[in-house]
Amino acid sequence: MSRLDPQTPKEHYVAPIETTSVQVDVVRIDEKPSNLWLDAWRDLRARPLFWVSAAFVLLVIIVALFPGLFTTVEPNNGCVLAKSNAGPESGHILGFTRQGCDVYSRMIWGTRTSVVVGVLATLISTILGMAMGAFAGFYGGWLDSLLSRIGDIFFTIPYIIAAIVVMSVIPNRNELVLAFAIGGFAWAGTARIMRAEVLRVKQADFVMGAEAVGLSRFKTLITHVLPNAMAPVIVVATLSLAGAIVAESVLSFLGVGLGGSTMSWGNDISQAQTNIRTAPMALFWPSLALTLTVLAFITLGELLRDAVDPKARAQR
Amino acid sequence: MAFYILRRILQAVPVFFGATLLIYYMVFAMPGDPIAALFGDRQPNPALIEALRARYHLDQPFLVQYFYYIGGIFRLDFGVSFSGQPVIETLARTFPVTLRLAVMAVAIAFVLAIVIGLFSALNKGGIFDNSMLVIALVFVALPIFVLSFLAQYFLAVQLGWFRPTVGGRNDWGDLWLPAIVLGFSVYATSMRLTRSSTIETLGQDWVRTAYSKGLPRRRVIPVHVLRNSLIPMVTDLGTVFGVLMVGATVTEGIFNVPGVGNTLYQAIIRGENPTVVSFVTVFVVVYVFINIIVDLLYGLLDPRIRYVSS
Repeated sequence: MSRLDPQTPKEHYVAPIETTSVQVDVVRIDEKPSNLWLDAWRDLRARPLFWVSAAFVLLVIIVALFPGLFTTVEPNNGCVLAKSNAGPESGHILGFTRQGCDVYSRMIWGTRTSVVVGVLATLISTILGMAMGAFAGFYGGWLDSLLSRIGDIFFTIPYIIAAIVVMSVIPNRNELVLAFAIGGFAWAGTARIMRAEVLRVKQADFVMGAEAVGLSRFKTLITHVLPNAMAPVIVVATLSLAGAIVAESVLSFLGVGLGGSTMSWGNDISQAQTNIRTAPMALFWPSLALTLTVLAFITLGELLRDAVDPKARAQR
Repeated sequence: MAFYILRRILQAVPVFFGATLLIYYMVFAMPGDPIAALFGDRQPNPALIEALRARYHLDQPFLVQYFYYIGGIFRLDFGVSFSGQPVIETLARTFPVTLRLAVMAVAIAFVLAIVIGLFSALNKGGIFDNSMLVIALVFVALPIFVLSFLAQYFLAVQLGWFRPTVGGRNDWGDLWLPAIVLGFSVYATSMRLTRSSTIETLGQDWVRTAYSKGLPRRRVIPVHVLRNSLIPMVTDLGTVFGVLMVGATVTEGIFNVPGVGNTLYQAIIRGENPTVVSFVTVFVVVYVFINIIVDLLYGLLDPRIRYVSS
């Protein structure tokens, strides 16, 4: 039966008069405050892969800080040439290198080189990239054009290639020089991300508020814009740490890293490569250490990226 | 379109000069006197030193030297390598090998990346998708020389499917092993890019429209979804090329492929700095040009790019 049928008597609905008490301006203060990092942490701690990679990263850092806890065998002194490429024996569980050094001990001590160079290079590239990106994005105008063009130039040169040139021409090589050679050319990506994020945060009301109460431009940038633009930079830094560790090992492998006797996975892989047929294990162990370390940092970085990006979180 | 091309090329000019200036400056700042190095232990005649310095413009200020060097690049004169052979001749000899290797590697990487990326996206969250993502993560983490040694040891030494090194015989069929290694070093990023861009395309209105006007899945997926999902792959080509340059240096060295990368590898290992610098310059110049071409291609494929930016 149609509702418009004229035969049907029409009933008018009259709303009953009720009073419901509505509480305005009540905030539940016992509820935990939420922000980007807290949400990210709640997301991360529920994922087993996060705990696995974080535990491995922690292990790598402990090994790098206190290699003496894990081995008492000297990595460089006390090599016995007679033991060249010999298999495992008691006290030397992973066998010997071509020079008759202990593979396990060199692997443990090599962690320090990778982590030190990786962390220093990442610090350099992150600080440089943040400064360039933040100034370009926040001040805009000619400064933005200038800094962005400089960034384009550095973006054009693959950083490992640039580091090869630097390390080839520099006479004294040490961890800091190597870190500058890698980090000094790897910052352009961070700068682009930082610039985009600062451009976004700059539009927020609290930035206008900060300036309205008389904060200087520079202070606004440091205290209000930067802390809110950090999330993508931290993600990129974790991933670039993995990249810097790979770069160090590639440079050492090519013989333009740290000198020959330095304990470095890249050096050891390079020296073991001639005996790949007869003694593959001396090649395998440092490769495994390198790959697992890089894998742990990349996994951590990608989980972090998913966790701080609400859009990616919603898609899952 | 013409305006877009012109603007993009003009943008590349400062980048080109900046990048070459940077490399040249690094070499210029190198300690040591190249003329003294030329004579080794012998003590040459001062007049001869002066003549040589003038001949190689070493008596000129930095910027003047740089412009002589840039002028050389435009005349395809990249200098002389350590063995006395002009770099351009070495390039002419080694480039075809590297080109073959790169074409094979990119083909392997992109075919695998597109097929696996597409299937992963269509079965998002499934067992196939998740296992492929884990495998991709491992390939992202594997440094290129570790991957090379794994392939060399297992596929060549143990299984005997390939020859462990390439050497003199370097036709298409001989380059499979290094090409596979090089291909897998860029595969993971391309696969994940295909996957994410396909997932994004699948949610677009035109895909729903295509389904609702009754088109079958076998037409919607390749024509409406895949074609649009591949546009980001084109922009990624520039990055892929950068990874390939570093990768080729290492793989050609390990598998003894007589290409451009191997020449650079040998020069680095032996500490022949002038050769290293000449080849790095070539790499950077080519890289700048590849990126221009990639951007032009992107503008050609996606009209939004050239309209928004102009």
